Amino acid sequence: MSGATFSGASRYVLDAELAQIVNVSMALEMPLLLKGEPGTGKTMLAHAIAESLGMPLLVLNVKSSMKLVEALYQYDTLTRLNDSRFGDSKRDVSDIEAYIKMGKIGQSFTAERRTVLLIDEIDKADTDFQDDMLDVLDQMEFDIIEIDKTIRAKHRPVIIITSNAKKDLSDPFLGRCNFHHIAFPDPKMMRKILDVHFPGLNGALIDGAIEAFYKLRQLEGIEKRPATRELINWLRALQSDPDFNPKRLKEDLPFLGVLFKKSQDFEQASRLVQRRARY
Amino acid sequence: MFIDFFYKLRDHGVPVSPTAFLTLHKALDQKLIQSLDDFYTVSRAVLVKSERYFDLYDQVFAHHFEGVELPAAEGLAIDEMARAMLEQWLQNPKELAAAMGMDEAELQKLTPEQLIEYFKERLKEQTERHDGGNRWIGTGGTSPVGHSGHHPGGMRVGGESRNRSAVKVAMERRYKDYSLEGPLTSSMMGEALKRLRHLRPAGPKDQVNVDKTIYQTMKNAGEIEIVFDSSLKDRLKVILAIDNGGWSMDPYIPVVQTLFDYARAQFKELKTLFFHNTVYETLWADPARYKKPIRLDELARRDPETRLIFVGDASMAPYELMAQDGSIYITDRSGRPSIACLEFLAKTFRHSVWLNPVRKQRWAYTRTITMIGQIFPMFELSIDGLEKAVARLTAA
Repeated sequence: MSGATFSGASRYVLDAELAQIVNVSMALEMPLLLKGEPGTGKTMLAHAIAESLGMPLLVLNVKSSMKLVEALYQYDTLTRLNDSRFGDSKRDVSDIEAYIKMGKIGQSFTAERRTVLLIDEIDKADTDFQDDMLDVLDQMEFDIIEIDKTIRAKHRPVIIITSNAKKDLSDPFLGRCNFHHIAFPDPKMMRKILDVHFPGLNGALIDGAIEAFYKLRQLEGIEKRPATRELINWLRALQSDPDFNPKRLKEDLPFLGVLFKKSQDFEQASRLVQRRARY
Repeated sequence: MFIDFFYKLRDHGVPVSPTAFLTLHKALDQKLIQSLDDFYTVSRAVLVKSERYFDLYDQVFAHHFEGVELPAAEGLAIDEMARAMLEQWLQNPKELAAAMGMDEAELQKLTPEQLIEYFKERLKEQTERHDGGNRWIGTGGTSPVGHSGHHPGGMRVGGESRNRSAVKVAMERRYKDYSLEGPLTSSMMGEALKRLRHLRPAGPKDQVNVDKTIYQTMKNAGEIEIVFDSSLKDRLKVILAIDNGGWSMDPYIPVVQTLFDYARAQFKELKTLFFHNTVYETLWADPARYKKPIRLDELARRDPETRLIFVGDASMAPYELMAQDGSIYITDRSGRPSIACLEFLAKTFRHSVWLNPVRKQRWAYTRTITMIGQIFPMFELSIDGLEKAVARLTAA
């Protein structure tokens, strides 16, 4: 046990509950599964943990076609063939191990120090992938078939798994994780988040932007609602516009394209803004 | 320790596993839990694996540790009922206000929680006074339940709300119930998706897969082995036509749409259209079936190789299908009976299926199901049915 505890990072606003869950998961050596809408800071949490505990962060971005082996290791046959033909490298061609490259999970097992392993968007992969991976994470070891060698984790990584709430994961998977659902931040929390990102920014602008933002989020029939990331970018855009006056937020919302990324959503939002301007 | 609590959670339907309970004890042993607040957070993270059960957990927790009375079985039942009713009524604030015996302005001041509390009080009174006769609650109850309900005060029911508000849970419980009833549920999505993945044409294997070729050649110690893949160029075009008219279809629409959206990448084109009960001269591109009509002859100009997939219960009054002006919509007066339109579609798109959420053994009881089943190959909207439908659609 490293004894390190997590208490937030420089650009991440953490609520006490989540901090506790992270710490308990580390102490129990269990993966922490995070669910929640996009933009609630699931991925950022792993970055924040890595930063505050001074551990290296390894990110495994799960893709739908991914096989577990890719996350563990890769046998670089091509380089080996090249070496055997031309022999201009210092590697020993008869030593297959020299051609094994570790994947993200492999790297986190073989690292000399404890790492944070972020498995991002696990729900994209097949249930097979998820179940297979669990065994690996549970046992903290895997076999490299080509050289018949078992890799054991030197240090148990801190494992953060994120999932978009669209579908439930399989029961055996859930059974081995701790779970937390990050709700979308309320305006007060959002204010804190923005303060961290824009220290010393004009309060009226932030308040106006937050108010407008939450109103826009309430719009019906929006396919992709703007999230924290969009709000931050939007504020950045507003800030960089020299002509912009916070008072104008009441009747006019510029740069809607930063908030709404789908053309239908964008149209709907701009219609609303125009309506508001008229009255 | 806390064994009572554990079983109480189970009894109230939170799926907690013994392993998780042991993990919780590990946490206790390691002195990670110092206070009741700690216990609340930690045991939730360890025991409860879906946000769906967070509220239930809260209730049980409050009951167990603070002696709050609410989660008695009867209370829960009333709770559920109250929420369900409330949800319907919120769409019609005036009626609600009248039923509650207060005016609308007063009503607007209440939060959803207060509203539910107030409503439950009324409900209890009612039960006592009328000896179980709560008929007055049941009358307005045919309106289709949708996401679009509004709290009179302007709060969106089922929208985001950070707190575990009663309303939010009411919405989530709605989904849970669905998942028990419907043949194809969101929890089966993964499996269903696997079936759908087969929905791609088995073209000739005429493309060299360089990576695999190299890998196989390496495995053969240099003996060249070329691996071919079937080309992906000819991915399928799919038209998904969903019956989103009656409430009977409500539970399945999100499932089907999500399913195909997930699989979208493997199709060349996926178009979702809507209809109510059966097809007349038009299908609609917008779910409200109002703004974007797509006429059948327009549709007929599409690639005839397009796979047409209907999703609907195919249950209606026979005249809707057979009569010349059978549509229940007065604006739909084309002169062609719906059955002819369906036949036209079946002829235009040779590869078409109809997925029906009604269980197969009950098909024979509805005439229109049998009739439509003669036009389109009909399959049950279940994992098995999906598999068969996919096999049918991919056949050359």
